[in-house]
Amino acid sequence: MTGVAEPAISAGGEPQVTVERKVRPMPDRYRNALGKYSIGRSADCVGCGDCAKLCPTGVHVKPDGYTFALRPRDHLCLGPECAKTEHYCIAKCTKKALSMARNPTVDAMGDPRWTSDLILSTWHMAETGHAPKAGLEHRTGESGGGFDRIGFIFPESPAKVDPAKIDTGLDLNRRGDGRPQVHIDLPVYGGGMSFGSVSIHTIVAKARTAAAWNIFTCTGEGGYHDRLKPYDDHVITQVATGLFGVREDTIQRVRIVEFKYAQGAKPGLGGHLLGDKNTPAVARMREAVAGNALFSPFPFHSVYSVEDHKKHLDWIKEVNPRTLVSVKVSTPTDVDMVAVGSYYAGAHIIHLDGSYGGTGAAPDIAKKNIAMPLEYAIAKVHKFLVAEGIRDSVTLIVSGGARTAWDVMKAIALGADGVVIGTAEMVALGCVRCACCESGRGCPRGIASTDPELMMLMSLDWATQRLINLMSAWREQMVEILVKLGIPSTRELRGRSDVLYYAKEAQS
Amino acid sequence: MPDKYHIKAAATPGRFRRVGKFGSVDWREDCSRCTNCVKPRCIYDTYKKESAYNRDPSTSVVPLYECRGCLSCVQGCTKGLLGIALNPEYLSMGDEYWKPDIMATTWNQADSGRIPVSGAGYRGRFHGPGFDSIWTDMSEIVRPTRDGIHGREYISTSVDIGSKPMRMSFTADGKMVGEPSVLIDLPIPLILDVPPWTIAGHALSKARLAAGKALKTLTVAPAAEVAGVPADQLPHFVPLVGSEGLGAAEPILRQVRMAEFIDWSKALDLIGQAKALNSGLICALRLPMQAYAADRILAASKAGVKVFHLCADLHGQEIGSEKPRHIKDALREIHTRLVKEGMRDEVTLIVSGGIALAEHMAKAIICGADLVAVDTTLLVALGCRVCRGATGKTHEDHCAAEAGDLDTAYAAQRMVNLMSAWHSQLIEVLGAMGIREVRRLRGEVGRAIFMEDIEREAFGDLASK
Repeated sequence: MTGVAEPAISAGGEPQVTVERKVRPMPDRYRNALGKYSIGRSADCVGCGDCAKLCPTGVHVKPDGYTFALRPRDHLCLGPECAKTEHYCIAKCTKKALSMARNPTVDAMGDPRWTSDLILSTWHMAETGHAPKAGLEHRTGESGGGFDRIGFIFPESPAKVDPAKIDTGLDLNRRGDGRPQVHIDLPVYGGGMSFGSVSIHTIVAKARTAAAWNIFTCTGEGGYHDRLKPYDDHVITQVATGLFGVREDTIQRVRIVEFKYAQGAKPGLGGHLLGDKNTPAVARMREAVAGNALFSPFPFHSVYSVEDHKKHLDWIKEVNPRTLVSVKVSTPTDVDMVAVGSYYAGAHIIHLDGSYGGTGAAPDIAKKNIAMPLEYAIAKVHKFLVAEGIRDSVTLIVSGGARTAWDVMKAIALGADGVVIGTAEMVALGCVRCACCESGRGCPRGIASTDPELMMLMSLDWATQRLINLMSAWREQMVEILVKLGIPSTRELRGRSDVLYYAKEAQS
Repeated sequence: MPDKYHIKAAATPGRFRRVGKFGSVDWREDCSRCTNCVKPRCIYDTYKKESAYNRDPSTSVVPLYECRGCLSCVQGCTKGLLGIALNPEYLSMGDEYWKPDIMATTWNQADSGRIPVSGAGYRGRFHGPGFDSIWTDMSEIVRPTRDGIHGREYISTSVDIGSKPMRMSFTADGKMVGEPSVLIDLPIPLILDVPPWTIAGHALSKARLAAGKALKTLTVAPAAEVAGVPADQLPHFVPLVGSEGLGAAEPILRQVRMAEFIDWSKALDLIGQAKALNSGLICALRLPMQAYAADRILAASKAGVKVFHLCADLHGQEIGSEKPRHIKDALREIHTRLVKEGMRDEVTLIVSGGIALAEHMAKAIICGADLVAVDTTLLVALGCRVCRGATGKTHEDHCAAEAGDLDTAYAAQRMVNLMSAWHSQLIEVLGAMGIREVRRLRGEVGRAIFMEDIEREAFGDLASK
């Protein structure tokens, strides 16, 4: 066995699997990848193959021995912007056999928060590991507020920063309480998604990505699946009000335990798993009866005060003396007071979940109306923690509305240390935001479904690589932003609201 | 403790033609009839239902609009022949306030009485005008337990209509000064108002009356329009009296608990006459939401009227003002004026116009209303697409809601279902806020987040561009 490194052993006694952090092309798993533009090839085509030689993005492919080129791979097309270049196939085709039009299907996809451009560009990043060069707006949506109205003020002559030396890492333990330091390589990690709300492939792919990028994923409140154990060191055990699958073992095997007091998409309400999705496998994990809808209570019925809250944190710290404790709360008016209360109760990480965040199922009235959007809460809490003099003693992680690498960087500049993402990961796996995850057989695209047939629409290897690619593309953009700002690390960007502007009118 | 208020919802599919959001585009002439067809694999059976319709056109056309837009078929078709497009008919429904998504969710709620639940996060714009610039608050950790509609604790949605004097006064010989307080206790903070236009004639009023009784609330209808109200519905009937005077309404005014009087120069005189007919009658002054409304309410209140129904337009805007405000702003002004005058607890404010979603009910109450009156949404429940708004009756000749048989029981049940869903959503919101009863929500702006305030607080120090 010489020359082969022994695998690390987690606190749970499980050998840990390593996953290579490497970008590999991973095309759409459906036969027809969707593009913003459709390229038509008429019967006038004579199969000369000039278009295949011309196109640098690979829209046209004519394999050796083929008479005609393959059906155009629309999704790689740069669109009308390509007309300014020397490789505009529409103009160069000698037989005028090619045409370009906007794909009407794209207009039926997306919404103001997640525009079709954002979905398609996330797919592009998950496929290639890089941001799209042209044709797609990959930075902001069209919601008309929040991150979509906030922009960076890039200095004309920024301080010179070597892109190769930019540090995007983050230490999560700032309390200096003798507990181990936990370092992550990106200021981003995966949010809680329970087994039941999403498929096991989705869960394990998130964990493998976390292992590859030295970040974290979270169990959600559906329990700790055995298949997560090889990734223990990158898993956060969530203790939510339903307490599904919460045992001493699942608390002791991880480096971070998260208390979920509330979820941004349904603040003030407990978790929802509608009966259709509570399959026998899910029910076994949750020690519940299959087919019954599982509505978790709200809030923890053992917590009526900050003192009770401290008792909860002490309980976890006692059960696992080496773990950090994260407290996930949503964003009420007094979110700043809640954050300070959590700090004094002993939290290492305060995790704010904004009201426009994702969910597997939530009442529409809650998603739209209850609690404030994340952007407001970050600024409010950061300022308050600074005023209280405790800002550098606690890690502020935020989620619920960060869709892109640009959103992540804006959140950090507003005052967050790091960002938790969820929907962006789902989109990378092929989500189109049709909002059908909540009932029946679940997600028709097999991402948020425990249906034995539908979950097989997506393989684990494919899903893992898509997420690894997405993180790579996001890191590239973070570095690009920091270079333009002349700031050498994401840590130093935190709270630099002086590099942000707020647009007076919605940009859409 | 009184019985828990429960609204009996029952599945009542709409009898009107549904308009779906998505339509499929299918280039069938190029289909190779391959064995890998995606159509049978649609997990919602959309294509199978379409196929059944093609074989038998008498089958309901509703399934044709059940596409959820998951794009699995579009991306899976062997030859890439399928597409999905937004249905232009769907997009053309309603107007800038009564948006197509409001119609669709109202229809779904009226079908079943269930709260709309979906996956994925919020999909709309960050904020908007009117009610879309308010977020309701929630309480995080330090609060008593509330579990929303699944809870063990009762959350009261009861409100009172009527005179609520702050104290009782007695003469030296022990006789009470003034009239005893008469209140109507409604288990839900809404009444059914007169829609801005009617469909299918008197059947609509009868349906509204039946729904009002089922909901244990009140239904406003012109006194002259509803003849022969059944005795069991009389306690839920609120006759509307205009400038024509009491006249033929006199007999009915002796039998009902409340009446509304449209505001005009002699409205207070008519109220006095009605009180003479029926001393226990609660008389509400119905006035348009206008800039002078606060002054009028203060004056009328001092003259003895204690219940006011403020009517905004279809879009929740003041009527006739040069710069009309949304009811959220107008209500806050009226509420604050009444508080300053020390009169707020003595009067009942009912607000209507632009109450299109359950969240509007909660937000109107936060802004200062005691309860709301719903009108246009009752028509939408029956299939109305609000094409007769301010621009006139554009589709008068082929009203979607009037198609088919509009029987009273069907229409009433759909209204009941819709209000059942609204009631449940109100409880969800109250539960999230940790508020045990809706009476305590009135004017409780501390339990709401107003966009203007939070923008200033959070982003006030950012550079502007």
